[in-house]
Amino acid sequence: MNCCFKLSGTEVGKDNDKSKTFVFQDEGHTLGNALRCVISNYPDVQFCGYTVPHPAESKMHFRIQTYNGKAIEALKKGLEDLMQLCDITLDKFNHELASS
Amino acid sequence: MTMESPLAEQKPRIVLQEYKLAQTAPIAKDHFTVKSFKKSFKIVIIRNEQNEMEFDMIGIHPFLVNAFRRLILSDVPTMSIEKVYISNNTSVIQDEVLAHRLGLVPLKADPRLFDYKEDASAESNENDSLEFELKIKCTYNKEANKKDSSRAEDMYKNNNVYSRHIKWLPVGNQKERFKESEVGPIDDNILLAKMRPGHELDLKLVAVKGCGRDHAKFSPVATVFYRLLPDVKLTRPVEGEAALRLQSCFSPGVIGIRHEKDGKRVAYVDNARYDTCSRNAFRHDDIKDAVVATKIPDHFVFTIESVGALRPDVIFTEAITILKNKCAALLEELESTG
Repeated sequence: MNCCFKLSGTEVGKDNDKSKTFVFQDEGHTLGNALRCVISNYPDVQFCGYTVPHPAESKMHFRIQTYNGKAIEALKKGLEDLMQLCDITLDKFNHELASS
Repeated sequence: MTMESPLAEQKPRIVLQEYKLAQTAPIAKDHFTVKSFKKSFKIVIIRNEQNEMEFDMIGIHPFLVNAFRRLILSDVPTMSIEKVYISNNTSVIQDEVLAHRLGLVPLKADPRLFDYKEDASAESNENDSLEFELKIKCTYNKEANKKDSSRAEDMYKNNNVYSRHIKWLPVGNQKERFKESEVGPIDDNILLAKMRPGHELDLKLVAVKGCGRDHAKFSPVATVFYRLLPDVKLTRPVEGEAALRLQSCFSPGVIGIRHEKDGKRVAYVDNARYDTCSRNAFRHDDIKDAVVATKIPDHFVFTIESVGALRPDVIFTEAITILKNKCAALLEELESTG
């Protein structure tokens, strides 16, 4: 299954609570881009980006840098918001399907 | 007759100019929030048929639409033939080519009723696989060929092997769980091999659940795509021969011709929805100033073309559920590792 963990103590620079790179196993552009777009809209987030370093490796690197607050909290909020977006879409779609 | 400026709209538009795309207003860099999405997002279903569906998603960002498209293509599972055990194949088609062809045959079994096979080499069971057999032999058709025809269909029996010759072998309790009509190839007339008298096939086929990321045969759709809703407006009346020329510049149905009482033919915009956004009108100097073709940047026309295993609306809801479950699983993992 999916596993995600923090990449720490690397050359990425000063990794602290405010800026972190997360590595997602078995994820790609589908989740990466959606999550990036959600998180980069947060006012507390200074930078958010993702990359799939090599197409043959199913890994996705996800970087968050914040002005305030922990990067991991931004990631959690991003995942929660994305889930809510799914719920809203599902709700509206089913509602429309039932009435058509 | 004056027409209002087609660009005096509230919403920003993408304008198709002769050599470039332009925007009427910079797309507002609004702070996208769940709340604002809930308020502005709208779905309108245009068409919902057995295998094809078209609906509009209005007030949504491209990242979500694209995520849904990618999910449908490569994450929504279906059942497909994965293993072919060949006991006998004396036909001219090679074993591996035949096996590949069989793998691509779409099956109508509902993938939601099956589990993923945990280990590819493990023994298959009633919950994760479907078994089929294909046993067929080509012979001379002596009695029926009285016409002395030289057509292969008259001379031989079973000279063409079709997907309808695939027979389902229920495993365990599958006989009670499924009807014969619920499993098997979606189409009966898929040509699998050609044979001549003496040629014989004896195969056992095992279908498993998989997703499009592993192999395109598992993809539930022929295609799924989205486009921005086009809009065509006329800035001044176009009459006579120019009207017909204008009509031919667009896809059929976009520009209509109205016959006025005095015999004039006047062009009007009939239905811009299915315009393919070609810029042909710019080839004619006399009419290129008469039309403005635009696209609405937050109005997506989403089309799902199902292969047939799942209804297109089911495919869409499945895709969203998969994304949601993905997020939930990751959240849980984050919580547990801190």
